[in-house]
This record gives sequence, C-alpha cells and structure tokens, in this order.
Amino acid sequence: MSHRDTRQPPTRSPVREFHPRARAALDNPQIRRNFRNAMDGLKDKRRAAFEGMDLEALRELGANIRRNALARLPDLLEQLEKNLIANGVQVHWAEDGEQACRIVRDICVARGAKRVIKGKSMVSEEMELNHYLEEQGIEALESDLGEYLVQMAGETPSHIIMPAIHKNTGEISELMHEKTGTARSDNVEYLTASARRQLREKFMAADVGISGVNFAVAETGTLCLVENEGNGRMTTTVPPCHIAVTGIEKVVPSLEDASALLALLTRSATGQHITTYFNMISAPRQQDELDGPEEVHLVLVDNGRSTIYQDDELLDTLRCIRCGACMNHCPVYTRIGGHAYGTTYPGPIGKILMPHLLGLEETQDFPSASSLCGACGEVCPVKIPIPDLLVRLRRESVDGDHLHPPQVQGHGSKKKPLERLALAARKARCLPDRHRSGSALAPASTGQNGSLDPHPHGPETGQ
Amino acid sequence: MSAREAILKRLRQRTGGELTAPERDYSVLERPDWSREEKLDRFQQAMESVHGEVHQTTESQWVMRLAEVLYAKGARNLLASRLHPIGQALRQSDHPALPPLLDYSQPITAWQPELFNDVDAAITSTRGAIAETGSLILWPSTDEPRLMSLVPPLQVAVLYANELYTTFQEAMRAQNWSAGMPGNALLISGPSKTADIEQTLAYGVHGPRELVVLVIE
Repeated sequence: MSHRDTRQPPTRSPVREFHPRARAALDNPQIRRNFRNAMDGLKDKRRAAFEGMDLEALRELGANIRRNALARLPDLLEQLEKNLIANGVQVHWAEDGEQACRIVRDICVARGAKRVIKGKSMVSEEMELNHYLEEQGIEALESDLGEYLVQMAGETPSHIIMPAIHKNTGEISELMHEKTGTARSDNVEYLTASARRQLREKFMAADVGISGVNFAVAETGTLCLVENEGNGRMTTTVPPCHIAVTGIEKVVPSLEDASALLALLTRSATGQHITTYFNMISAPRQQDELDGPEEVHLVLVDNGRSTIYQDDELLDTLRCIRCGACMNHCPVYTRIGGHAYGTTYPGPIGKILMPHLLGLEETQDFPSASSLCGACGEVCPVKIPIPDLLVRLRRESVDGDHLHPPQVQGHGSKKKPLERLALAARKARCLPDRHRSGSALAPASTGQNGSLDPHPHGPETGQ
Repeated sequence: MSAREAILKRLRQRTGGELTAPERDYSVLERPDWSREEKLDRFQQAMESVHGEVHQTTESQWVMRLAEVLYAKGARNLLASRLHPIGQALRQSDHPALPPLLDYSQPITAWQPELFNDVDAAITSTRGAIAETGSLILWPSTDEPRLMSLVPPLQVAVLYANELYTTFQEAMRAQNWSAGMPGNALLISGPSKTADIEQTLAYGVHGPRELVVLVIE
C-alpha cells in the first residue's frame, strides 16, 4: 500500500472492490465466526453497562454536548490553543493528512528522532502516518496490543476499538511465532506477556511518542486519553517528546463535558463503566519533575472536517466520539467485518464519513451497503442520525434532490447514463418526479422498511 | 494564509449560517447521596469486578497490612515517596516483613532500565476515589512521579475512606479542577488489561498486573 496521494486516487482502488470483498468475507466461515462472537458479546455487555441509567437522557446529554461544542467550534479551538500554549504545549494546525504528516516529521527531524512509539490513533490511520514516517526513515511502531499485531501482519485494523478482532488466538500465535520468535501457544496470558516484554524495550528506546486524543478540553487546555492497556500512558510519558494528533472536532468546552462523554464512550464501546485509565494531560514535564515528556505537541487536523461543517445535515457526522457501537450493532458490518470496506473507518460511521474524505465516486457502494434497519442510529451515544445521512448520501450520489444542491465531492457519480438522459429530458419537459422501485431517489417508498426513523424496538438492538 | 487561519475562516464563515449551542442538562449524571458505607461498598465492588484488590485497614495498622500483602505476593522491594506522609511512615517503620524501600529521586533517564526491570512494587497516595466506577484519583508530582503508578508490576494505592466521592463530577467540583489542572491527572480503575486477543482478558499487558488499594477508615 502506498501513501495516499489526495490529488490522484489510485486507478484500482481497494475501496471500489467492496462487493467482491464483502462476498469473500461472507463465504469465509472463520471471519463470520470471529466477528459474530465478538460483536454479540459487545452488544450484551453494552446493554448491561447501561442498566439502571436513564440511557435516553444520557444520549440526549451526549448529543447536546457535541452539538454545543460544534456550534462554538472556532471559538473553542482558539480557547484550547490559548490554554495549551499557556501550559507549555505547542499547537500546530494541518489542513490535510499530508500536512499533518509533515508537521510530525519536522518535529522528529528537529529532535533527531529515529524511533517513534505510537498509542492508538484513528486520525493517524487516516493520515497514513506510519507509512509516511517509514518513507522518511523513521520507525513507527504501534504499541496497543491489537494495533501491534495488525501492524506485524502488514494489515489495517478491522474495528476501530478492537483492531485485531478478525484474528483468533491460533492465528495470532502463529503470527507472533513467525515475526518475533515467540513460542507457539494458545495461552493468551503467555502471548500477552511476551508482547509486554517486546514493547517495554521499545518504549525505553523511543525518541518520540505519538498518541491520539479522545477529548480536548478547551477550558483547561487538557488532552484526555481513554484506554485499558496503559500503552497510551507509556507512549505519552516515557519518551522525551509527545506528539498528540487529533481531528479539529474533538474539542469540548469543559471537563464536565469530557466526563459525561467518557461515561457514554466506554459503556457504548466495550460495555465497561470506565476504562482502566483516564489520562488527562495538560503540560509537559516541569523543571522540578522527574519524568514525563520535555516537549508536548498537539497537531489539529482538519482533513475535510471543515467542509462537512458547512452543511446543516452533514454536520452531524462530526459529533462522532469513535465508540464503534454502530459497527457492533450493524447487520452488515457484523457479517462482513471491517476489511471489506477497505477504508480507515468501516461500518456505519465509515459509510457516512469516508465519502467526505475520499469522495462519493470512490465510495459509491457505501451509502447503499445498508438495509436502513436503524440500529446504528438507535445505539449511537451522541444520536447521530446515521440512517438519514445514508439516505442523504444516496441522493447525492445520483444528484437526486432537485431542491438542495449536492455538497459532497463526487456527487452524481452513481447516476446511470440512461438516468442522466431521463433527468435532463424531464427537466426540459418539466415532467413530475416519479419514484422508481429500487432507486435511491425514493428511499423507503417501497419495500418493508416503511419508515426511516430508528425504531425504538429495532430487531438489532433488542431494546 | 496559514493553515490555522484558513481552517478558522472556513469554520467562522459557515455556509449554513451560525449555529445555536443547545443547553446541556447534566442532572442525568447525578446519583443519590450514598452514605459513607454505601460509597465504600460500591467502590469495593466496582474495583474487585475489574481485578483490583481492596483491603480495609486503619491508620495504625496499614503498614503491617501492606507488609503482609507484599510478602504474600513475593515483592522484593517497594518504591515509595520520600516526602509524603505515606513514604515517611514507611521509612520510619521497623516492620521486619517490609521489603527494602526504593527512592524515585533522580530523573527517569538516569535509572530507566532499573525502574522497568528491577522494581517489583510501588506505593502512592491518592486524591480520593469515585464510588460509582471504582476509580482512584491520582495527581502525580515531583514526590510521586508519573511512572510510579504505571511501570512496576504491582501497584499499591492508599485511599482515605472519607475521600470517597459518589461521582467523577462531584470529585471535580469538590476539588475545583476547572481552576487549574496538574501536568498529568489520572483516573485508575484496576490493573492494566487487554482483550485484544480474541476478547480474552489478560492483565498487565503494559502497566501493573495487580492493583492493591489500602482503604484507611
């Protein structure tokens, strides 16, 4: 895989081979079993974790916190920057992934850094940072156990929370044996301890640690990281320099907002009341301190987000807190797994986010790879109306809405030649619009879906 | 135009017009006012459900209790603060079962391999804990640096029972966090863990394998 050039999409794109890959995944009993087991477990745990809580009121709060933050986004970003700088953190802004990669490289070069250790960061996956750094002669090693294994296998994550969920223990044992010489074993504790030993050496040797950010708190200038393993703490504490990369939408006004989203995030993602570590970083090592990074940087990455921000409907995409609940509950994702999508973000959130990052022509199968059952919208902790956004993107992909001009790059790319002619002719003759069966122009006007509103007793969430 | 200016300009000159910021009703996060016993009970349940150990003890007994725990777990040494009353109490104790005490008195670069390879256990203070989720609150400092609660395989924390808060929100308000945060603040709920290999839980993947909380009544 080569580093993505945003100006020239590759001619044979993996994203466009969605259908053959989905077919292959459906025919693979191992993949089906691995995902089904994991996703069913996560659904049950989520339901149990919210027991005794007013989930609807909590989701309403989550949605309002995100909507509030987005409404004040430019002000909050400036407040965050001001407070971080006052705390001694250096702040950088990047228009796209390439620019963000260059900023990271320049920091590494200025420090003479050759070895980078990474905590989990979806934005860095989006930037294809590891590949970029390797090309610049800088080793970038993932330290989250799942990411470590996926990188070792030369693959990409198949789930945003559980990157190696497509592999079973036997496959992982074989991989670790082949790549690191670890003795073959079906004992997960042994395999984990072996990875611990290998990675501790890497933490000590690393020149720079790179992490993502779950919430950036404007009022105090605090970067919050949510994790179970402790690799995030290692990454942000052991090396002499810490670089955090984040999308510009991750800012929230206050610590109280971050704490409310934390309550929703961990329960939605893995069914935990809280993760082992909630790590709040506000400043580099002070003069009298004995550990912690001497330098802390924050790279704020736009990469298409400010474009999504322009549209009242598409804007809701930016509420996402990356919990993965929409994937765990999606009847399509749970059957085909994350790799079939061929994109950084798979599943329902990927289907509404990736068209903005890659264009609708590249991702033309995404909006229609859905039964519009509504489960994703029902479980989303910040109430993103994912089914509505899928319908919106279906319309855009055929230029099907005559009242609202299309916004997304690559719109109209799915319009068939005959449809183009018919539409042109209709426009010319002012014929009334007509719903056609099976057409994205008329979502839910036929078939059994009936309504696009998430059903409170949807079959997939069992609520 | 710099990237910063260009991004902020696009956000400020939004095509769809200005957005209104909705109110946020945090009342859903509130919990009943649990009694001291109930808070302790809930804290212990939550901590034990994630593989943490909770030992209830007293101001006069905790050093002995700690010595027993360390002995049972075979810890050959204990990293402790120099200035905090916890470290002071340990340094003044002549309990025969206490293992040798270690100091974190030099910058990490001066002794990184020893900290990573030779330290069996570390003990730190806490700034209280959260009953609802079973979370310890730690603010690392010069006296108790950040890596003390992360690198050694056995983590011990001292919690005063009267510093238990019902929720995270209550703790932040009571301690006025929004007025200023330390360089690093942490909530710690159990030992380090992963489920990345076929969803099977394994402890101590990067941080401590065990977490022991000494609750002082």
